[in-house]
Amino acid sequence: MIIEINGKKMDLTYQTAFEAREQIGNETDIVILNGFQIENDCKLSANDTLTIIRKGTMPKKAELESMMMARHTPTVHKRIKKGKVAIAGLGGLGSNIAVMLARIGVGELLLVDFDIVEPSNLNRQNYYISHLGMPKTVALNKQLKEINPFIKIETQNKKVTEANILELFNGYDIICEAFDQPEAKSMLVNLALNQLPNIKIVSASGMAGYESSNLIKTMKPMKRLYVCGDMENGAEIGKGLMAPRVQICAGHQANLVLRLLLGIEDI
Amino acid sequence: MKVNGTIILLAENTTLLNFLKAQSFDINTIAVERNGEIIPRSAYKNVILYDEDTLEIVRFVGGG
Repeated sequence: MIIEINGKKMDLTYQTAFEAREQIGNETDIVILNGFQIENDCKLSANDTLTIIRKGTMPKKAELESMMMARHTPTVHKRIKKGKVAIAGLGGLGSNIAVMLARIGVGELLLVDFDIVEPSNLNRQNYYISHLGMPKTVALNKQLKEINPFIKIETQNKKVTEANILELFNGYDIICEAFDQPEAKSMLVNLALNQLPNIKIVSASGMAGYESSNLIKTMKPMKRLYVCGDMENGAEIGKGLMAPRVQICAGHQANLVLRLLLGIEDI
Repeated sequence: MKVNGTIILLAENTTLLNFLKAQSFDINTIAVERNGEIIPRSAYKNVILYDEDTLEIVRFVGGG
């Protein structure tokens, strides 16, 4: 019976998951079967994915990636590892989207931003005090490498303009529009849809303040344009931007990217 | 004409730019698809709208 154990396909005679653990590991090891951490023994079937993790020890690099992805729904990781996603803007949306996509193992990420980390970013953006003054591309790249060293990360420390959209984003499957200014959002969406005939854009509009979480939705207003947000609540004088709603919106964007990479185009 | 899923009556054939202005859209913060095709901003003034057209207008608000 062919079973994948810790990332390696093996032909094994074990009948149950705990039998495999008894042979390979020890009693206190965690056992994850097809994405689910089991507490009771389960019968094994051909093509199951089994991960046996010893807590408190550093696994070999060859096993680490499969262990990190052990809680994924089976087959998801292999598919999204082929994904190429660009993130335009590394603020409240972009930095959080990048962390989520790195955690799930999207194979190639492009991080684009021209700005440096400053104190008012820390109420919602995925940076630390130690990053103050650093280019966002550098600060985020460092964190993503700590989260998942098995993905390819490219950075572009520049402003996205009408002149460089084609050059920056050509070859990517999806652009996450994660800018702050509505004019910049509109510029990127318009030009990318025009210039890149296969690109899909996952954009955001309306996540300011502390209105209900439930107002934030994922929409598909155009063939290749998805928009996440409440479509109404913009940042303005008297209405701030804070971690909870910004991260809810980033979560909508990241989950949509995951779905698109898995071939699901419905919202 | 259908705009964002709602049928509206076009008084006369007008350009997309004039229609957007009349509806008080800021053309710097929107994206417009007509009959499934994205319309470049530079073409708004040349595109004539007809009753049978379907428009999707997305308005972006700030924040991110």
